[in-house]
Amino acid sequence: MKTFQGKTLSWNWTDGVIELTLDRAPCNEIGSATLPELGRFVEALAKLQNESHALIISSARKEGFCAGADLRELYRESQPLAPNERGARLRDFLERIHRVMNAIDSVPLTTIAAIQGIAFGGGFELALVCDLIIADKTARFCFPELRLGLIPGFGGIPRLRRDLGNAVLRDLLLTGRSINATKAQAVGLVSQVVAEGDALRIARSTAAQLKKFDRETAAAAKKFIKPIPFDELRREIEIFCELFERPAVREGLRKFVESTDALPYLP
Amino acid sequence: MSTLQDTTNEVLALASTHFKVPREQLTPDDDFFKKLGINSLQALDLLTRIEQHFHIELPDYELQGVSDFRTLAERIQSRL
Repeated sequence: MKTFQGKTLSWNWTDGVIELTLDRAPCNEIGSATLPELGRFVEALAKLQNESHALIISSARKEGFCAGADLRELYRESQPLAPNERGARLRDFLERIHRVMNAIDSVPLTTIAAIQGIAFGGGFELALVCDLIIADKTARFCFPELRLGLIPGFGGIPRLRRDLGNAVLRDLLLTGRSINATKAQAVGLVSQVVAEGDALRIARSTAAQLKKFDRETAAAAKKFIKPIPFDELRREIEIFCELFERPAVREGLRKFVESTDALPYLP
Repeated sequence: MSTLQDTTNEVLALASTHFKVPREQLTPDDDFFKKLGINSLQALDLLTRIEQHFHIELPDYELQGVSDFRTLAERIQSRL
């Protein structure tokens, strides 16, 4: 399927470039509506990859790239369940999102995240599966999960360590602070910082350049230098599920859900 | 070296321009959430613009509990 218009995202294939556009209010939170559509995208990606050289992931929301998992939904839907069932549902959700992330991470074409505004939590983790991150000057990256008593659960810890090393990871993970595009470029996370509103345009220009290269060579290079840290990804799911059952986490989530602010875990 | 007053004035000017609130309506003791009508997401946008303008890094946890321009300017001043 070369084009798709869903409730939370759309994709379009043009001249070897697949563009996946996230578009769910308020800021592309990933939950039960987005995940099945991401699953459909991954199925389509498997068919389109042989006639493509690049994938661009971007957001249609002016608020930002993606605010991460839909924690309000996660809390609301898990609240009435017995602990065993709650744990099973959570694990199923994480397994499904990891399958999506792993598929995009390993697809044999060059992937580009075009970021504006916030890329927080699961949104940051989605950017981290891409080969290149192009960010405009409004971009901010953050792992806020520790503020809720959790760790990132969509594969962010192993992937950030793969790309940047442990010191930067510890800084972001353990302080929960956000960094801007300039800092993200300085530590090696972002490949290009561009003017406000220009991330997608520059991503397209970069994708056009990639078309000049032999597709198989680019895929071989990527496979050689970008291993998927499967063991650590599995361990991350285990730790997340263990932490989620603690009363402190459920209390943190309750406060989060009851807040009416856009990002209630931030100052 | 900028004084705290210089920094405060620059922050007020920056907020005025970006959030389109007349400069003369902003004072150092104003609650910027209320005066600018912004939420925490927009406060992050302000933080990004402050970091770019002053060429500093200001961890967002340093802004926890900060809601007035004067204290914000003090936090910035300590990074200049």
